[in-house]
Amino acid sequence: MDMKASKKLGLKERYTLMTRDLAWDTTYQPMDKVFPQTAYEGIKIHDWDKWEDPFRLTMDAYWKYQSEKERKLYAILDGFNQNNGHLSVTDARYINVLKLFLGSTPPLELMAARGFSMMGRHMQGAGPRVACQMQAVDEYRHFQTQIHSISNYNKYYNGMDEFAHQQSRMWYLSDGKSFFDDAITAGPFEFMVAIGFAFEYVLTNILFVPFISGAAYNGDMAAMTVGFSAQSDEARHMTLGLECIKFMLEQDPDNLPIVQRWIDKWTWRGTRKLASVGMMMDYMLPKRIMSFKEAWEMYVEENGGALFKDLARYGITIPKCFSQTIEEKEHVSHQSWIGFYMKPQATPFHTWIPTPDEMDWLSEKYPNTFDQYYRPVLEFFDAQEKAGKRFNNQTAPMNCQVCVSTIKFNEPGDPMEMCFRETTYQGEKFHFCSDHCQEIFEHEPEKYIQTFISSHQVLQGNCEPEGVDVNAPDFQPGKQILDYWKLDKRALGDFNGSEDQKNFAAWREQATKN
Amino acid sequence: MTMLKTLAPYEFKSRDALENYKGRQLVYINWERHRMFSRPFVVALTPDTPFSTIIAQMAECFSYHPDWAQIDWDKALWQNGKNSFTPDRNKSLAENGIGHKDLIRFRTPGLDGIAGTGY
Repeated sequence: MDMKASKKLGLKERYTLMTRDLAWDTTYQPMDKVFPQTAYEGIKIHDWDKWEDPFRLTMDAYWKYQSEKERKLYAILDGFNQNNGHLSVTDARYINVLKLFLGSTPPLELMAARGFSMMGRHMQGAGPRVACQMQAVDEYRHFQTQIHSISNYNKYYNGMDEFAHQQSRMWYLSDGKSFFDDAITAGPFEFMVAIGFAFEYVLTNILFVPFISGAAYNGDMAAMTVGFSAQSDEARHMTLGLECIKFMLEQDPDNLPIVQRWIDKWTWRGTRKLASVGMMMDYMLPKRIMSFKEAWEMYVEENGGALFKDLARYGITIPKCFSQTIEEKEHVSHQSWIGFYMKPQATPFHTWIPTPDEMDWLSEKYPNTFDQYYRPVLEFFDAQEKAGKRFNNQTAPMNCQVCVSTIKFNEPGDPMEMCFRETTYQGEKFHFCSDHCQEIFEHEPEKYIQTFISSHQVLQGNCEPEGVDVNAPDFQPGKQILDYWKLDKRALGDFNGSEDQKNFAAWREQATKN
Repeated sequence: MTMLKTLAPYEFKSRDALENYKGRQLVYINWERHRMFSRPFVVALTPDTPFSTIIAQMAECFSYHPDWAQIDWDKALWQNGKNSFTPDRNKSLAENGIGHKDLIRFRTPGLDGIAGTGY
């Protein structure tokens, strides 16, 4: 019998066969029962076939690309470890930025993987379903590669091993957890705006490009490779988020006000989450590649501004918070660093006062604010530390009910004053860091009255290690909070005098001398 | 009127409702223009706690700041949220009108933090 070789399929045909052709309209059950989450947010979709797939990626091609990336990534990680790459970073202070980055990001990647798995189930169109499933796999891959990175550093440095336990308990991790909890408990379309659009554009761009370039600049090829391996997926993620927004806006004019509200909300939530990335760039990288302010101008004001210009033809306007974020770019990284510096007994990473030449760099990069508002305070702390009185603020902080940031940002237009906002709901007072967070609360108060605020939970007696009797007459809440957090005591305190500092110096000495 | 859209009834209690504090209440305290403590702090106290206890807790935290020793207590201004008030140190929180989750803002005119930075 003659063999008849069938013609190799073209890309377009392959794509059609392997994505949209895999879907069908159900007949035993009506489609709206099979996809119960599609309509309740108020988004009207008339024709799912109008979804434009930005990448036309099929699953087989996806596996091929990703496995190539993995092979390269792990080859570099292995080489880095075999050559004691951790000793080639600029100085041991750098390790602390990894503790913060790798301690807080992997659990968020996992939440993104969960969220996009849900989108892969609940998006009614086959195009977005396939794209969301791929993104779910991407996010899971980022989660895994970041944890592999933790294990490499965790062998040598203190404070990295309990990140999973700390994620839902530590005060300073609450903002990221709250961001994803808020997104994943919203409907599928809001999730896409929150994570697919705002998080990818506002946050991961700055985290994975300028910050990770900074990691490379400080000699950390491992973190650089992990970061850029993730960033190569982020470009696809951003396009998916943007496509979803355009799709909603093209489907029905009634979708515009809903989408605009989500863009306003999630751009602001992303901005608040970014304050700690600002401090990572300006204070925690021993060699700095650019200031947070410069990164903000390039990635948010210019690129983001162009994006909103592009969306203007659908009626989308620049998010309401935009002007406040431009004012705040001069301040937030300094305010965040002081916020962490004051709590040496409450984070699994070290803090320190910048050296005089690092302060000069900050003066140059922040001519409008650093010398006037922040340098004198840092110099005061430095003098106190040298006199043996290192600042250690032991009180429990007040947090914003929505973004869960500690209340530390200034009143817009007045850097001297703290910004406070409050509202009353069902007879109870709620406090916020900004007008934008207050507005988010007032739109959906039922959701945000459930916020987990670490210091409040401590005072309720809900944050105790096992075996503590909260009903004992001499019970004092929070006495054993370090044990509850499983904080490695060696990782506490100022960088100066830390075990990491001593070990790094000793190991580097061994590596370079007889 | 809420705008929250849900697929099913959605009723949850506030996580910080007064009853969760077993007879105590939350009070936030901020020293204005002294943002070194860059965040107000929060304590849980019974409503019959005298206001002097709050001042003692403030001293414990804020005395690290060189301005603390310079305070002219006769000129200090107090606010509960947006409203000015004059606390009586010997009276209780309840008698001073301080409720659950009230924010006490303490202002010391003429003292603007380290080198006038507001910190």
